[in-house]
Amino acid sequence: MTATQKRVLINRIVMGLSTLSAAIGLFFLFWILYILVSNGVEAINWDIFMFEGAPPGYEESGLKQALVGQLIIVGIATLVGVPLGILAGTYLSEYGQKSKLAETIRDISDIMMSAPSIVVGSFVYAIMVVPMGHFSAWAGIVALTIIMLPIILRTTDDMLHLVPTTLREAAFALGAPKYKVITQVVYRGAKAGILTGILLGVARVAGETAPLLFTSFNDNFMSTDLMEPMASLTVTMYNYATSPYEDWQRLGWAAAFILSMFILGLNIIGRLVLLTKKGK
Amino acid sequence: MTKIIDNIFANSTRLIAITVLFITAWIFTVLFQESLLSMQTFGIDFVTESKWAPNLEKFGAFAAIMGSVISTFLAMVLAVPVAIGVAIFLSEIAHEKLKAPVGVSIELLAAIPSVIYGMWGLFYFVPIVRDLFGGIGIGMLTAGIVLAIMILPFMAAVTRDAMNTTPDILKESAYALGGTKWDVVRDIVIPYSKAGIIGALILALGRAIGETMAVTFVMGNVHKVSWDLTKPATSIPVTLANEFTEADTDLYFSSLFELALILLVISFTIISVAKFYFLRRKRRS
Repeated sequence: MTATQKRVLINRIVMGLSTLSAAIGLFFLFWILYILVSNGVEAINWDIFMFEGAPPGYEESGLKQALVGQLIIVGIATLVGVPLGILAGTYLSEYGQKSKLAETIRDISDIMMSAPSIVVGSFVYAIMVVPMGHFSAWAGIVALTIIMLPIILRTTDDMLHLVPTTLREAAFALGAPKYKVITQVVYRGAKAGILTGILLGVARVAGETAPLLFTSFNDNFMSTDLMEPMASLTVTMYNYATSPYEDWQRLGWAAAFILSMFILGLNIIGRLVLLTKKGK
Repeated sequence: MTKIIDNIFANSTRLIAITVLFITAWIFTVLFQESLLSMQTFGIDFVTESKWAPNLEKFGAFAAIMGSVISTFLAMVLAVPVAIGVAIFLSEIAHEKLKAPVGVSIELLAAIPSVIYGMWGLFYFVPIVRDLFGGIGIGMLTAGIVLAIMILPFMAAVTRDAMNTTPDILKESAYALGGTKWDVVRDIVIPYSKAGIIGALILALGRAIGETMAVTFVMGNVHKVSWDLTKPATSIPVTLANEFTEADTDLYFSSLFELALILLVISFTIISVAKFYFLRRKRRS
């Protein structure tokens, strides 16, 4: 075999192997999607939205408490986390820029974005659940907000950075004060990017389970009292899936299906927002 | 008046930004304070003893720490070659029309919450492992495999991003000299993006070690160190997820907080190494 033939052969082998790797990745995606859809479609019916959790074997059992709880917990965490994250990101991009403080905040946020979320759960347990004496929806909300903050902060920072300096200068030249330049010019320029960041941040937080296990805990019944434990789709899914009862497991699959469609949907919308912006 | 508003706006953004530092420091402080009791009671024995007996008030985290190390190691061994393969495919081999859809699919796979991977592992992977390797299917091996599958898309996406930083002009020059795709990958892309690739892999490692839900379903939470990978085992996050709501004594709680602190320190260190040592250059450019 000549050297060239050998090179071509090795090339073919490596190309084949890495194409195979991609096929493996796609295989798992489709496998998981298939399982989610096949189990989910079978398990989903109107009862799920109409009824609260019930003991195993009960006809009238559903996920109403978990769906409502999930919306409340993720919703409030978003309402708190997004504005805070955007303002903090604004500081990094518009005021702090390359200063030591801003760089440190960037570094720490980067690390906290990948830090284990269960640790945040145990932290919130210590500062909220122990003093209050019981689990509460508020504790879950605080845990999710802490996880969300660095994500929104970093995307806002990156997206504001993309707005051309000339736009800011033009606004300054018209005599606008800095806060007006930021809120009326810079934010508008980065609208699509920030929106995408928010959608991806919400998607990321909505799937979190570990930090909710011992903060908002779980509840089999409908509750809207934020001072009390509250069900969430993720914790309910975990409890039902690990139970030995078939009807509970089925509800677990229904929860898994709803949650993953919601999260994949947010991800796809987020990407489309950026894409349409680029297309213009 | 505008000046006042301007000042208020500037200062409140700074205050909120600093909050991130404050919360991080607070997390470390609280976990440290909460684990003091356990540290004073067990000292270094906490990390070297594997006897974890809540009823006897005896807590040794060796089994959990080893479990985290072994399951993460298994996951890395399985995921790294595939992730690099996917990254090479996406950055060099795939046809332009394929790059976007395959790339987005891999990223969507990374967006699926880990609790779903765990549930899928419990219902579909545990039986496979049980049939192939024996045992009850729940244990270290299953956890390692599920963790590998969970971390793969993230690892592949970040590795691809690192490889994509290679300037086209370098690659084109090599192709012009008659290099095959593998020659270009081996001699141009990998040397150029080496730091980024290593950083991506270490970052994925940092995430894998703290991953909770994907492994909690399939690990079994048994505090025993065993070389038989098909036996049920535990890891730090698995212990936390299973036992936090069950703990009943101060010492039990304190031991769990010490576990959380150990986990935070380990992953914080790994992620910092990835970010500062290997990925720093990327941000500057």
